Amino acid sequence: MTTVIRPFIPATAKRLLPNRWDLIAFPLILGFLLFATTGIQGTWAPISALQTEPISLDAANLPEYALRTTLRMLAAMIASIVFTLVYGTLAAKSRRAGQLLVPILDILQSVPVLGYISFTVTFFLALFPGRVLGAEFAAIFAIFTSQAWNMTFSFYQSLRTVPNDLKEVSQNLRLSGWQKFWKLEVPFSMPGMIWNMMMSMSGGWFFVVASEAITVGDKTVTLPGVGSYLAMAISNKDLTAVGWVILTMTVVIVIYDQFLFRPLVAWADKFRLEDTMSQAAPESWVLNLIQRTRIIQQLLRPFGKLLKKLARMRLNIALPQSIHTESHSSVSRGLDIAWGGFMVLLCGYVSWKLYSFISSEVGLGETLKVVGLGFITLVRVTLLIALASIVWVPLGVLIGLRPRLAEMIQPIAQFLAAFPANLLFPVFVVFIVHFKLNPDIWLSPLIVLGTQWYILFNVVAGASAFPNDFREAATNFHIKGWQWWKQVMLPGIFPYYITGAITASGGAWNASIVSEMVSWGDDKLAAHGLGAYIAQTTATGDFPKILLGICVMSLFVVLFNRLLWRPLYAIAENKLRLN
Amino acid sequence: MPQETVTLRQEIFSLKHVDKGYHKGGEEDIQVLDDVNLTLHEGEIVGLLGRSGSGKSTLLRIIAGLIQASAGEVNYCGQPLNGPAEGVAMVFQTFALFPWLTVLQNVEAGLEALGVEPKERRRRALAAIDLIGLDGFENAYPRELSGGMRQRVGFARGLVVNPTLLLMDEPFSALDVLTAETLRTDLLDLWNQKQLPIKSILIVTHNIEEAVFMCDRIMVLSSNPGRVVAEIKVPFAHPRNRLDPVFRKMVDDIYALMTQRRSADTLHKVQLEIGSPLTEVSTNLMAGLMEALAAAPYNGRADLPEIGSKLLLEVDDLFPVTETLEHLGFVELRDGDIELTAAGKLFADYGTQERKVLFAEHLLRHIPLAARIRRVLQERPGQRAPRLRFEQELEDSLSDSAAEETLDTVISWGRYAEIFSYNDHTETFSMEDVEGAQ
Repeated sequence: MTTVIRPFIPATAKRLLPNRWDLIAFPLILGFLLFATTGIQGTWAPISALQTEPISLDAANLPEYALRTTLRMLAAMIASIVFTLVYGTLAAKSRRAGQLLVPILDILQSVPVLGYISFTVTFFLALFPGRVLGAEFAAIFAIFTSQAWNMTFSFYQSLRTVPNDLKEVSQNLRLSGWQKFWKLEVPFSMPGMIWNMMMSMSGGWFFVVASEAITVGDKTVTLPGVGSYLAMAISNKDLTAVGWVILTMTVVIVIYDQFLFRPLVAWADKFRLEDTMSQAAPESWVLNLIQRTRIIQQLLRPFGKLLKKLARMRLNIALPQSIHTESHSSVSRGLDIAWGGFMVLLCGYVSWKLYSFISSEVGLGETLKVVGLGFITLVRVTLLIALASIVWVPLGVLIGLRPRLAEMIQPIAQFLAAFPANLLFPVFVVFIVHFKLNPDIWLSPLIVLGTQWYILFNVVAGASAFPNDFREAATNFHIKGWQWWKQVMLPGIFPYYITGAITASGGAWNASIVSEMVSWGDDKLAAHGLGAYIAQTTATGDFPKILLGICVMSLFVVLFNRLLWRPLYAIAENKLRLN
Repeated sequence: MPQETVTLRQEIFSLKHVDKGYHKGGEEDIQVLDDVNLTLHEGEIVGLLGRSGSGKSTLLRIIAGLIQASAGEVNYCGQPLNGPAEGVAMVFQTFALFPWLTVLQNVEAGLEALGVEPKERRRRALAAIDLIGLDGFENAYPRELSGGMRQRVGFARGLVVNPTLLLMDEPFSALDVLTAETLRTDLLDLWNQKQLPIKSILIVTHNIEEAVFMCDRIMVLSSNPGRVVAEIKVPFAHPRNRLDPVFRKMVDDIYALMTQRRSADTLHKVQLEIGSPLTEVSTNLMAGLMEALAAAPYNGRADLPEIGSKLLLEVDDLFPVTETLEHLGFVELRDGDIELTAAGKLFADYGTQERKVLFAEHLLRHIPLAARIRRVLQERPGQRAPRLRFEQELEDSLSDSAAEETLDTVISWGRYAEIFSYNDHTETFSMEDVEGAQ
């Protein structure tokens, strides 16, 4: 007996017709394009438009402001991606460049994000005299500095860990450097990069709010956006407007997550190497929608083809030779020495310049005072991270061990981490002003208001991933109470907790600049600390002091990371890894 | 001969009419265990033998008090069991040693939980470590040890609390053949020399030889749902010789029992249904087995245990592939033997393309789900259908994970047979590229 196999109707003709998914997806995309063009037009207006068109507290303007803010985020993200690809490649492919670029990146990461803006505002305004664009660039650059570094690190690390067999295959297939970059290296690093983009993005909202309305000395910039609206609401003591801005931001973040990141993460899942596939594949309804719609698929096809063609070109960019083929001739060694000498000289020159600039304006006394303020902020950060840990670690474990609850809490925690906590500051300030509380104590919680959630959601993730066999073994041997926490659960989640705490503490240092000095109308509250010092000197435009403050804070962050987090991270990686 | 007095020994554990089902979103239960009766007596090693899906690990966890039975009676030393009981220790397939504790700390953890004084704790832990042959490794971390050494820690941790009953969940299946054998004989030696405090051992396994080698009594479980289908007494004295003809005979008989049972008990031969679960079996493995069967020395017919050990296939691999081939009409199973059908012989002779055509024909004829997918695709105007459509249909009769596995299986077979194509990204079936395939 044989089964008759019927001939099939060719399906190609049918595929050109729109289907029902197109009905939903098409307007969404058209709408997005429309909003994008109106948003961009505004940036070409002359700078006088900013003065004649002050921020209005009318809630009806909020959608437009939100759009401008979002576009700034998007522009910064694109800049970050380009930066990542170039910088990461250079650092990974050239040994000499790597020697310089990697430590630089390490330091760039430690500089408080809001520290950059004090300088860049002046710079960019001078670059585009008389145009809003200069101010826009300054804000975008500030967001860029909050996003780019960890993406670049992730890309650099991925490039260094491309499996050897895949490298050999691409050599065997005689791919050119350019082809190998697009066929192997970029896809391989995609999941890590997208995850870091997501983390960057959630940090970015905080800084976009902070960087839209800024005063450096006599230059005041207020770009139309959510941040400026908030600043206006604060100076007008308008709590309703603060409420509106919180609502707007909530909507924006949810939309951004659903329309940009969920689809990206779901899409990037296909780049994961097979052996790392373990958990359920991420899902996105937007991605499903796009993949199921015929017209959109057809429209996207030319772009896809163009990209593929670009990636297929043999273009040989003269990148420096990769590490393992480096020849060790005497010429090369001579170059090494010259390069090393050059770097030492460069370092010395820059340090001397920095020193002379600061010392010409401020003396030793001021420096000591700033270091002292640094210690106050250090105590504040340490105490609050510890407090947040005491609260969120047990709760996170209890949540993580209940899969249903964890599934509900996890997106909320991630949303809270992305939500710019500075929007909530006014609420606290009103409270503190009303009860005349001590700002040194009561402003402190603001430091971890936004970043504590990183601890929560990492601990929840850790507890969810805790192997069931271990739990069963603990139950079988009647391990309970404090012994259970000490020997079973805490070591199990420690690597996750450390990841969360490092992010939280980095965020806390950054947040100190905006949270140690706050205002509500004419009421100004300042706590003692390095953050407040940087904020005050920025407002008066005292550059040597700003620079001093930023240097000291960077130093504190670097030392804090080296002396506390790195050793802890090493313990977590080496001793407590589960497998 | 200590085995002869078994019937007079004290009863340690008893399960009567135990059922276990999982609720699925308010719908029907997925039955895992069905009316299981089991009694453990002092001085015996009992084996729970079954394939994946027989619920043997679930049964073990019910006895350990880690999960609750849906119905039935569970008694431990004459008392109804309520949660994890004292005196029941467990050894895990994955070892489940805490990686952040040293060997000594891992072994001591259970004693600490019982509130044993530190000095006494140390003394007992060191004694257990010595007994199990781990001295010298007290301060090592589990990650520094080989698999065999890790499982020794698992044993020491289980024994140190002086349990009445030792439960073992496939304790040797994560180890290589030689290491596993050493551990088995070491454990049996300790047991037979009465050096262990335990009164009874219950061991879960899918390895027939292991069960015959170690146990005094073997309970054979069927799959989906798990039922006790046979209880076999193993009368041989320790140490047992695997090459002894009576030993081989018993292994052969259990193979026959485990394959026969299915032909008598389940619906196969009668026909699969659309909602019948399928087990993931690669087409390469099917082709390889048919080729091996067709070639000398088997020439079309082989003894299952023999070909299984020759091809290094464990029961959990061997049974799914033989059953799949039987469903597809390529082999027949009888009395623990496997025989190629005419179609099976043809398949072994054919080249790649002819094989695919033959496979497609059998797939559409014998696997109703494959035929259904094909028909739905042909009837739809765009010749496309989302995965969800079939997944929902399957979930009426299967658990979520079984439905997923069944669909994944039919996808990989269908791709090989080129009867439909599937895009994992859009999760849709289609007829794209099917007809045009070279």
